[in-house]
Amino acid sequence: MDDETRDSDFEQAVPAASTTAGPAIGKDEWVARSGERRGGRTGWRGVLEARLARVPWWAWLILFIGLVALLPVGFESGYVRRIAFNTVIFVLLALGLNVVVGWGGLLDLGYAAFFGVGAYTYALVSSDKFDLHLPIFLSIPLAAVVGGLVGLLVGLPSRRLSGDYLAIVTLFFFQIFLTATNNSDNIFGDDLAGGPNGLINIDPLSLFGHRLEISHDGIFNVAYLYVALALFGLVYVALRLANDSRTGRAWRSLREDPLAAELMGMPVNWLKLTAFACGAAVAALTGSLATALDGSVFPQTFEFPLVITIYTMVILGGAGSQAGVVIGAVLISVLLEVLREPGDSRFLLYVAGALALLGALKLSARFAAVLGGTIVLGFLAHAVAGRIDEGWTSGVPNGGGRVAEWVDEWVIVPADLAGWIPPASYIGLVAIVLGLTLVRGRTRLVLLVPTLYLAAFVWENVLLAKPEPTRFVILGALLVAVMIARPEGLLGEKRVEII
Amino acid sequence: MDTFIQLTLNGLTLGSVYALIALGYSLVYGILKLLNFAHGDVFMVGSFIGYGALQALGGSANPKVPLWLLLVLVTLAAMVGCAILGVAIERFAYRPLRNAPRIAPLISALGVSFFLAYSVQLLFGAEQRDYDAFALGEGTLFFSGFDIGNVRVPLLRIIIIVAAFVLMVLLWLLVTKTRIGKAMRATSHDREAAAMMGINIDRVIVFAFVLGSALAGAAGVLFALRAPTSATIGFIIGLKGFTAAVIGGIGSIPGAMAGGLILGFAEAFTQGYISTRWSDLLVFAILIAFMLFRPQGLFGRPDINKV
Repeated sequence: MDDETRDSDFEQAVPAASTTAGPAIGKDEWVARSGERRGGRTGWRGVLEARLARVPWWAWLILFIGLVALLPVGFESGYVRRIAFNTVIFVLLALGLNVVVGWGGLLDLGYAAFFGVGAYTYALVSSDKFDLHLPIFLSIPLAAVVGGLVGLLVGLPSRRLSGDYLAIVTLFFFQIFLTATNNSDNIFGDDLAGGPNGLINIDPLSLFGHRLEISHDGIFNVAYLYVALALFGLVYVALRLANDSRTGRAWRSLREDPLAAELMGMPVNWLKLTAFACGAAVAALTGSLATALDGSVFPQTFEFPLVITIYTMVILGGAGSQAGVVIGAVLISVLLEVLREPGDSRFLLYVAGALALLGALKLSARFAAVLGGTIVLGFLAHAVAGRIDEGWTSGVPNGGGRVAEWVDEWVIVPADLAGWIPPASYIGLVAIVLGLTLVRGRTRLVLLVPTLYLAAFVWENVLLAKPEPTRFVILGALLVAVMIARPEGLLGEKRVEII
Repeated sequence: MDTFIQLTLNGLTLGSVYALIALGYSLVYGILKLLNFAHGDVFMVGSFIGYGALQALGGSANPKVPLWLLLVLVTLAAMVGCAILGVAIERFAYRPLRNAPRIAPLISALGVSFFLAYSVQLLFGAEQRDYDAFALGEGTLFFSGFDIGNVRVPLLRIIIIVAAFVLMVLLWLLVTKTRIGKAMRATSHDREAAAMMGINIDRVIVFAFVLGSALAGAAGVLFALRAPTSATIGFIIGLKGFTAAVIGGIGSIPGAMAGGLILGFAEAFTQGYISTRWSDLLVFAILIAFMLFRPQGLFGRPDINKV
């Protein structure tokens, strides 16, 4: 028997280690990536990609800040400005989490609590609660420092605990934070931070003795957006420099293999702590800014959905890539906002669905067949259902908006929905979508048509009726889908497992 | 003294439910070294399936079948439903990530947990669901039973505790006496070596998910017989179940049972003697200390890094 056959025999005998496609054992990083390099695009798209890759990071940063800063020029409404501000807040939060998850490779599930620590610190030192009104050049850094210190404290267990256990300790810390803030109106008889009623009448920002009022004539004060953007620029550059430093490289080696890093003489525990504290400090800084604008702080703001939202941003954008994380945060933040409004989110879903289909099948006969098939199926089903019983199609789609009239002719929207239909259709849809990932080729293509129509039915009748849980259902599904289909996110680097 | 007996009873009931959940975490962690964050939500789904089955059988007030059969059927429905759910979660959310970096399946698990909690809220609303166990058999579950001192031990408590322990003993027998149990132990000891010995790892993993999720389903029904359930309950109960698993030593079955009981007692006694408002905080603070000073738990082996 020659060497080659023995090798392949061996691999067959170890099913667990070689079932999924991945770099083979014994390849180094350069070799493992050779296929990727050769697979680069050619032609004008390849040239464009290479050009874009050469644009330095600070140019992108300036472009991004410039675009957001110009937003108020184009949009007069306070609503858009407020959303832009919230988006920058989310971007900051995502950047902070990226330090812990993307660079340190640690799972921090208590991240929202650090945001809360910053918010409460700012609130306590800039309100009538203790009659402290510190200038913002003291109070905002103070919030960041307190956040970082609490981060250090919470990170201390990670000196003894590895990976998963750290996640749990942070989760406990998160619970403790929530319990403490919710009961803070009665700590040994003293009202420290208002409990569930929170703290109100918190000072807005004041720059050089100039109070920045939250709104002018009921319109959101755009100065806050600029303050947030300035802070974003600072944090982005600081983190960028940190990542390029010795510490940054050490963080990444810690993420790739803590054991090897330790054997190379790196202070693993200290590195974990600094990554943790850095993330916490950024979150706390963001918390103080958000609180200055809101003028109030409540424990309910920091509950678990916030953690998941930030995680989805980081994972979608690409953990480890700062630019990716910014894009992820902007996308998710805008998505969450759009999903509040059924009319807008309906339009978004159909456009996104058609684009996704186009992306998956390209401009081909198959694309035309699936799209056409779905449309025809819809009109047929609608006509048949309407003929059998008028009530099945006489419902009015939620919200309205641009495509609502068209949808009314296409999707079956019953006037009154029997109680069993929403769970049955929803669970059926989830099952059929999961099933689709198991079949290949023509079967999948044919099954795609009814699946798409069922998806439209569920969307119109179940999801649009309740925007609040829908937003989070979509976040959860997105998190799993990205993790499986594209773990490196939009802009992240593919991780190469070196065994 | 009466208070003490009452609190012990509370702790025992609560602890046996936590132990059932902890077993699910332990089984999966033992084999996959994966923290299944979605487990608490499987528990929650179990309590909702039980609720659905109860309504389908006519509701608590006038069920179509005798009381004992009703309880058995409701529990079985939840167990089967959760087992299917568990298998689906493993197949679609965890299996594709089995050789990915450690953090990947954890994040996927977070997503699943979130997806389940809000799907249930989407379909069945955010309000609490009550089994209305008081109406079952015109209150038999509450009025019959026996007394210890001045404290009444209602039938419902006895049923919950006994059912939980029967399930745990069954699991113990399954893992120690049967062939697949042996395969599970081998896999948990060393996955690659087990694969080389011809054990079908995929089957063992699926089996662990079936067992764990079925236990979570049963726990969901047992829990909801006493307290109302809601779509977002899975997070905190799952956290406590996981804590119980860690106290006992994750991966160890007797450990999960012991951990569940310890946690139940700790919670009942802090609520009874110190304060209800701060009980969660105290419990979690004790646990952080526990994880710091004895991370391997009561029955676990310390983790040794091998290169």
